[in-house]
Amino acid sequence: MLRDIILVCLAVGVVGMAYGAITVANGLPVWLPSFMSVAVLAGASQFLFTGVIAAGGSPVAAVLAGLLVNARHLPFGFALADTVRDRRLLGSYLMIDECVAFSLAQRDPEARRAAFFACGAALFLCWNAGSLLGAVAGTAITDTDALGLDAAFPAVLLALVLPSVRRPGVRGPALLGAGIALALTPYLPVGLPVLCALGGLALARPARTE
Amino acid sequence: MIPDAWVLVVAGGVLGLGTFAYRAAGPFLHTRFTLSAARQVLMTTAATVLLFALAVTASVADGQVWSDPARPAGVVVAGVLAWFRAPFVVVVLAAAGTAAALRLLVG
Repeated sequence: MLRDIILVCLAVGVVGMAYGAITVANGLPVWLPSFMSVAVLAGASQFLFTGVIAAGGSPVAAVLAGLLVNARHLPFGFALADTVRDRRLLGSYLMIDECVAFSLAQRDPEARRAAFFACGAALFLCWNAGSLLGAVAGTAITDTDALGLDAAFPAVLLALVLPSVRRPGVRGPALLGAGIALALTPYLPVGLPVLCALGGLALARPARTE
Repeated sequence: MIPDAWVLVVAGGVLGLGTFAYRAAGPFLHTRFTLSAARQVLMTTAATVLLFALAVTASVADGQVWSDPARPAGVVVAGVLAWFRAPFVVVVLAAAGTAAALRLLVG
Protein backbone atom coordinates (compact mmCIF):
# COMPACT_ATOMS: atom_id res chain seq x y z
CA MET A 1 0.00 0.00 0.00
CA LEU A 2 2.84 2.36 0.84
CA ARG A 3 4.30 1.85 -2.60
CA ASP A 4 0.94 2.71 -4.17
CA ILE A 5 0.63 5.84 -2.07
CA ILE A 6 4.09 7.02 -3.10
CA LEU A 7 3.26 6.46 -6.77
CA VAL A 8 -0.07 8.31 -6.48
CA CYS A 9 1.73 11.16 -4.77
CA LEU A 10 4.37 11.45 -7.45
CA ALA A 11 1.60 11.56 -10.05
CA VAL A 12 -0.32 14.20 -8.11
CA GLY A 13 2.91 16.13 -7.69
CA VAL A 14 3.21 16.20 -11.49
CA VAL A 15 -0.40 17.41 -11.78
CA GLY A 16 0.38 20.05 -9.11
CA MET A 17 3.28 21.25 -11.23
CA ALA A 18 0.95 21.42 -14.21
CA TYR A 19 -1.47 23.48 -12.12
CA GLY A 20 1.20 25.90 -10.89
CA ALA A 21 2.69 26.31 -14.35
CA ILE A 22 -0.66 26.80 -16.12
CA THR A 23 -1.78 29.36 -13.52
CA VAL A 24 1.38 31.48 -13.71
CA ALA A 25 1.61 31.12 -17.51
CA ASN A 26 -1.87 32.70 -17.63
CA GLY A 27 -0.52 35.84 -15.98
CA LEU A 28 -1.64 35.17 -12.40
CA PRO A 29 0.75 35.94 -9.53
CA VAL A 30 3.40 33.39 -8.51
CA TRP A 31 2.06 33.11 -4.93
CA LEU A 32 -1.50 32.28 -6.03
CA PRO A 33 -1.04 28.52 -6.75
CA SER A 34 0.48 27.93 -3.30
CA PHE A 35 -2.16 30.03 -1.56
CA MET A 36 -4.99 28.16 -3.34
CA SER A 37 -3.40 24.78 -2.71
CA VAL A 38 -3.36 25.41 1.04
CA ALA A 39 -6.72 27.22 1.27
CA VAL A 40 -8.78 25.01 -1.06
CA LEU A 41 -6.83 21.77 -1.61
CA ALA A 42 -9.10 20.61 -4.45
CA GLY A 43 -7.41 20.31 -7.85
CA ALA A 44 -10.40 20.46 -10.18
CA SER A 45 -11.79 23.65 -8.65
CA GLN A 46 -8.33 25.24 -8.57
CA PHE A 47 -7.83 24.58 -12.30
CA LEU A 48 -11.28 26.00 -12.90
CA PHE A 49 -10.67 29.10 -10.76
CA THR A 50 -7.53 29.81 -12.78
CA GLY A 51 -9.40 29.20 -16.03
CA VAL A 52 -12.24 31.60 -15.23
CA ILE A 53 -9.96 34.42 -14.03
CA ALA A 54 -7.55 33.94 -16.95
CA ALA A 55 -10.47 34.11 -19.39
CA GLY A 56 -11.38 37.49 -17.94
CA GLY A 57 -14.24 36.25 -15.77
CA SER A 58 -15.07 37.94 -12.48
CA PRO A 59 -13.72 36.55 -9.19
CA VAL A 60 -17.34 36.00 -8.08
CA ALA A 61 -17.93 33.79 -11.13
CA ALA A 62 -14.69 31.94 -10.40
CA VAL A 63 -15.76 31.24 -6.80
CA LEU A 64 -19.25 30.13 -7.83
CA ALA A 65 -17.88 27.82 -10.51
CA GLY A 66 -15.43 26.36 -7.98
CA LEU A 67 -18.19 25.81 -5.42
CA LEU A 68 -20.36 24.14 -8.05
CA VAL A 69 -17.58 21.76 -9.04
CA ASN A 70 -16.79 20.97 -5.42
CA ALA A 71 -20.40 20.16 -4.53
CA ARG A 72 -19.45 16.53 -5.22
CA HIS A 73 -17.51 16.60 -1.94
CA LEU A 74 -20.82 16.58 -0.07
CA PRO A 75 -21.53 12.92 -0.92
CA PHE A 76 -17.82 12.13 -0.43
CA GLY A 77 -18.21 13.33 3.15
CA PHE A 78 -21.14 11.01 3.74
CA ALA A 79 -19.36 8.10 2.05
CA LEU A 80 -16.30 8.58 4.27
CA ALA A 81 -18.03 9.79 7.47
CA ASP A 82 -17.21 6.55 9.25
CA THR A 83 -13.65 6.49 7.92
CA VAL A 84 -12.76 9.91 9.37
CA ARG A 85 -14.91 9.77 12.52
CA ASP A 86 -11.96 9.99 14.96
CA ARG A 87 -10.35 13.02 13.30
CA ARG A 88 -13.21 14.79 11.60
CA LEU A 89 -11.62 18.23 11.13
CA LEU A 90 -8.40 16.89 9.63
CA GLY A 91 -10.26 14.21 7.70
CA SER A 92 -12.61 16.75 6.13
CA TYR A 93 -9.72 19.01 5.15
CA LEU A 94 -7.83 16.13 3.49
CA MET A 95 -10.84 14.85 1.47
CA ILE A 96 -9.00 15.21 -1.86
CA ASP A 97 -10.43 13.49 -4.97
CA GLU A 98 -7.42 11.21 -5.35
CA CYS A 99 -7.47 10.39 -1.65
CA VAL A 100 -11.20 9.57 -1.78
CA ALA A 101 -10.68 7.34 -4.81
CA PHE A 102 -7.68 5.62 -3.23
CA SER A 103 -9.37 4.88 0.08
CA LEU A 104 -12.65 3.77 -1.50
CA ALA A 105 -10.60 1.09 -3.30
CA GLN A 106 -9.86 -0.43 0.14
CA ARG A 107 -12.76 -2.57 1.29
CA ASP A 108 -11.75 -3.28 4.90
CA PRO A 109 -12.76 -0.33 7.19
CA GLU A 110 -9.46 -0.32 9.10
CA ALA A 111 -7.39 -0.45 5.93
CA ARG A 112 -9.56 2.28 4.48
CA ARG A 113 -8.96 4.53 7.50
CA ALA A 114 -5.19 4.00 7.38
CA ALA A 115 -5.15 4.52 3.61
CA PHE A 116 -7.18 7.71 3.87
CA PHE A 117 -4.98 9.50 6.37
CA ALA A 118 -1.65 8.29 5.00
CA CYS A 119 -2.66 9.15 1.45
CA GLY A 120 -4.26 12.46 2.46
CA ALA A 121 -1.20 13.72 4.36
CA ALA A 122 1.19 12.64 1.60
CA LEU A 123 -1.04 14.18 -1.09
CA PHE A 124 -1.19 17.46 0.82
CA LEU A 125 2.61 17.65 0.78
CA CYS A 126 3.01 16.59 -2.86
CA TRP A 127 0.22 18.81 -4.18
CA ASN A 128 1.72 21.83 -2.44
CA ALA A 129 5.29 21.03 -3.41
CA GLY A 130 4.15 20.48 -7.01
CA SER A 131 2.16 23.68 -7.30
CA LEU A 132 5.03 25.70 -5.82
CA LEU A 133 7.58 24.18 -8.20
CA GLY A 134 5.21 24.56 -11.13
CA ALA A 135 4.54 28.21 -10.30
CA VAL A 136 8.25 28.95 -10.24
CA ALA A 137 8.80 27.02 -13.48
CA GLY A 138 5.70 28.63 -15.01
CA THR A 139 7.47 31.94 -15.20
CA ALA A 140 9.71 30.26 -17.81
CA ILE A 141 7.16 28.00 -19.59
CA THR A 142 4.75 29.91 -21.77
CA ASP A 143 2.86 27.15 -23.60
CA THR A 144 1.75 24.51 -21.09
CA ASP A 145 -0.50 22.80 -23.66
CA ALA A 146 2.55 22.00 -25.82
CA LEU A 147 3.82 19.86 -22.93
CA GLY A 148 0.43 18.09 -22.64
CA LEU A 149 0.10 19.25 -19.03
CA ASP A 150 -3.67 19.67 -19.40
CA ALA A 151 -4.02 15.88 -19.81
CA ALA A 152 -2.32 15.13 -16.47
CA PHE A 153 -5.23 15.88 -14.15
CA PRO A 154 -7.95 13.79 -15.88
CA ALA A 155 -5.41 10.98 -16.37
CA VAL A 156 -4.52 10.59 -12.71
CA LEU A 157 -8.16 10.81 -11.67
CA LEU A 158 -9.13 8.12 -14.19
CA ALA A 159 -6.31 5.84 -13.06
CA LEU A 160 -7.44 6.16 -9.45
CA VAL A 161 -11.12 5.64 -9.98
CA LEU A 162 -10.83 2.69 -12.41
CA PRO A 163 -10.45 -0.02 -9.72
CA SER A 164 -13.71 1.15 -8.11
CA VAL A 165 -15.49 1.48 -11.47
CA ARG A 166 -14.58 -2.11 -12.38
CA ARG A 167 -16.62 -3.49 -9.50
CA PRO A 168 -19.87 -5.21 -10.41
CA GLY A 169 -22.79 -2.96 -9.62
CA VAL A 170 -20.70 0.19 -10.08
CA ARG A 171 -19.81 -0.20 -13.76
CA GLY A 172 -23.33 0.48 -15.06
CA PRO A 173 -24.04 3.58 -12.97
CA ALA A 174 -20.56 4.99 -13.70
CA LEU A 175 -20.86 4.57 -17.48
CA LEU A 176 -24.40 5.94 -17.61
CA GLY A 177 -23.40 8.84 -15.34
CA ALA A 178 -20.41 9.74 -17.50
CA GLY A 179 -22.65 9.60 -20.58
CA ILE A 180 -25.17 11.95 -18.98
CA ALA A 181 -22.41 14.37 -17.95
CA LEU A 182 -20.91 14.37 -21.45
CA ALA A 183 -24.27 14.95 -23.12
CA LEU A 184 -25.01 17.92 -20.84
CA THR A 185 -21.54 19.49 -20.95
CA PRO A 186 -22.22 21.92 -23.85
CA TYR A 187 -25.48 23.12 -22.32
CA LEU A 188 -24.93 23.56 -18.58
CA PRO A 189 -22.49 25.71 -16.58
CA VAL A 190 -19.29 23.99 -15.40
CA GLY A 191 -19.83 21.63 -12.50
CA LEU A 192 -23.51 20.90 -13.07
CA PRO A 193 -22.97 18.13 -15.69
CA VAL A 194 -20.81 16.21 -13.21
CA LEU A 195 -23.52 16.48 -10.56
CA CYS A 196 -26.12 15.28 -13.08
CA ALA A 197 -24.00 12.14 -13.46
CA LEU A 198 -25.71 10.99 -10.26
CA GLY A 199 -28.64 10.09 -12.56
CA GLY A 200 -26.51 7.06 -13.41
CA LEU A 201 -27.42 5.70 -9.97
CA ALA A 202 -30.74 4.71 -11.52
CA LEU A 203 -28.84 1.62 -12.64
CA ALA A 204 -27.57 0.90 -9.12
CA ARG A 205 -28.95 -2.40 -7.96
CA PRO A 206 -31.26 -2.22 -4.96
CA ALA A 207 -29.47 -3.73 -1.96
CA ARG A 208 -30.47 -7.25 -1.06
CA THR A 209 -30.80 -6.50 2.65
CA GLU A 210 -33.64 -4.03 2.22
CA MET B 1 -7.38 41.93 -16.58
CA ILE B 2 -5.97 40.27 -13.48
CA PRO B 3 -7.78 41.24 -10.23
CA ASP B 4 -5.92 42.84 -7.30
CA ALA B 5 -4.10 40.56 -4.86
CA TRP B 6 -6.60 41.12 -2.04
CA VAL B 7 -9.52 40.20 -4.33
CA LEU B 8 -7.78 36.92 -5.20
CA VAL B 9 -7.09 36.21 -1.50
CA VAL B 10 -10.73 36.82 -0.53
CA ALA B 11 -12.03 34.77 -3.47
CA GLY B 12 -9.65 31.90 -2.73
CA GLY B 13 -10.57 32.04 0.96
CA VAL B 14 -14.30 31.88 0.25
CA LEU B 15 -13.80 28.95 -2.13
CA GLY B 16 -11.68 27.22 0.53
CA LEU B 17 -14.26 27.70 3.29
CA GLY B 18 -17.10 26.55 1.05
CA THR B 19 -15.17 23.48 -0.01
CA PHE B 20 -14.39 22.62 3.61
CA ALA B 21 -18.08 22.99 4.50
CA TYR B 22 -19.03 20.46 1.79
CA ARG B 23 -16.42 18.01 3.01
CA ALA B 24 -17.22 18.41 6.71
CA ALA B 25 -21.02 18.15 6.40
CA GLY B 26 -20.99 14.34 6.17
CA PRO B 27 -18.56 13.62 9.03
CA PHE B 28 -20.19 16.17 11.37
CA LEU B 29 -23.86 15.48 10.61
CA HIS B 30 -23.35 11.75 10.33
CA THR B 31 -23.68 11.18 14.10
CA ARG B 32 -27.17 12.70 14.08
CA PHE B 33 -28.49 9.79 12.09
CA THR B 34 -26.97 6.49 11.09
CA LEU B 35 -26.98 5.26 7.52
CA SER B 36 -27.97 1.69 6.78
CA ALA B 37 -25.35 -0.56 5.20
CA ALA B 38 -27.24 -0.32 1.91
CA ARG B 39 -27.14 3.49 2.06
CA GLN B 40 -23.40 3.37 2.75
CA VAL B 41 -22.87 1.27 -0.37
CA LEU B 42 -25.02 3.69 -2.37
CA MET B 43 -22.98 6.68 -1.11
CA THR B 44 -19.75 4.94 -2.09
CA THR B 45 -21.15 4.18 -5.54
CA ALA B 46 -22.30 7.80 -5.85
CA ALA B 47 -18.81 9.07 -5.02
CA THR B 48 -17.30 6.76 -7.65
CA VAL B 49 -19.86 7.85 -10.26
CA LEU B 50 -19.01 11.53 -9.59
CA LEU B 51 -15.24 10.98 -9.77
CA PHE B 52 -15.53 9.01 -13.00
CA ALA B 53 -17.77 11.65 -14.59
CA LEU B 54 -15.31 14.35 -13.50
CA ALA B 55 -12.40 12.47 -15.07
CA VAL B 56 -14.31 11.93 -18.33
CA THR B 57 -15.61 15.50 -18.70
CA ALA B 58 -12.24 17.02 -17.72
CA SER B 59 -10.70 14.87 -20.48
CA VAL B 60 -12.76 16.35 -23.27
CA ALA B 61 -13.80 19.85 -22.27
CA ASP B 62 -12.87 23.07 -20.49
CA GLY B 63 -16.19 24.21 -19.14
CA GLN B 64 -18.59 24.20 -22.07
CA VAL B 65 -15.87 24.25 -24.73
CA TRP B 66 -14.58 20.97 -26.18
CA SER B 67 -10.83 20.51 -26.03
CA ASP B 68 -8.70 19.52 -29.01
CA PRO B 69 -8.51 15.72 -29.66
CA ALA B 70 -4.97 15.48 -28.25
CA ARG B 71 -6.06 15.64 -24.60
CA PRO B 72 -8.70 12.87 -24.74
CA ALA B 73 -6.22 10.80 -26.78
CA GLY B 74 -3.68 11.18 -23.98
CA VAL B 75 -6.26 10.26 -21.36
CA VAL B 76 -7.35 7.16 -23.34
CA VAL B 77 -3.71 5.98 -23.43
CA ALA B 78 -3.60 6.62 -19.69
CA GLY B 79 -6.82 4.66 -19.19
CA VAL B 80 -5.48 1.63 -21.06
CA LEU B 81 -2.24 1.70 -19.05
CA ALA B 82 -4.19 2.07 -15.80
CA TRP B 83 -6.46 -0.84 -16.76
CA PHE B 84 -3.34 -3.04 -16.95
CA ARG B 85 -2.19 -1.61 -13.61
CA ALA B 86 0.79 0.41 -14.81
CA PRO B 87 2.30 2.66 -12.09
CA PHE B 88 0.50 5.97 -11.63
CA VAL B 89 3.49 8.08 -12.63
CA VAL B 90 3.82 6.15 -15.89
CA VAL B 91 0.10 6.71 -16.50
CA VAL B 92 0.33 10.47 -15.99
CA LEU B 93 3.52 10.96 -17.96
CA ALA B 94 2.11 8.85 -20.82
CA ALA B 95 -1.01 11.04 -20.90
CA ALA B 96 0.98 14.27 -21.03
CA GLY B 97 3.51 12.78 -23.47
CA THR B 98 0.82 11.51 -25.86
CA ALA B 99 -1.01 14.84 -25.89
CA ALA B 100 2.25 16.76 -26.39
CA ALA B 101 3.43 14.45 -29.20
CA LEU B 102 0.10 14.65 -31.05
CA ARG B 103 0.13 18.44 -30.85
CA LEU B 104 3.70 18.52 -32.12
CA LEU B 105 2.86 16.24 -35.07
CA VAL B 106 -0.47 17.80 -36.04
CA GLY B 107 -0.14 21.36 -34.83
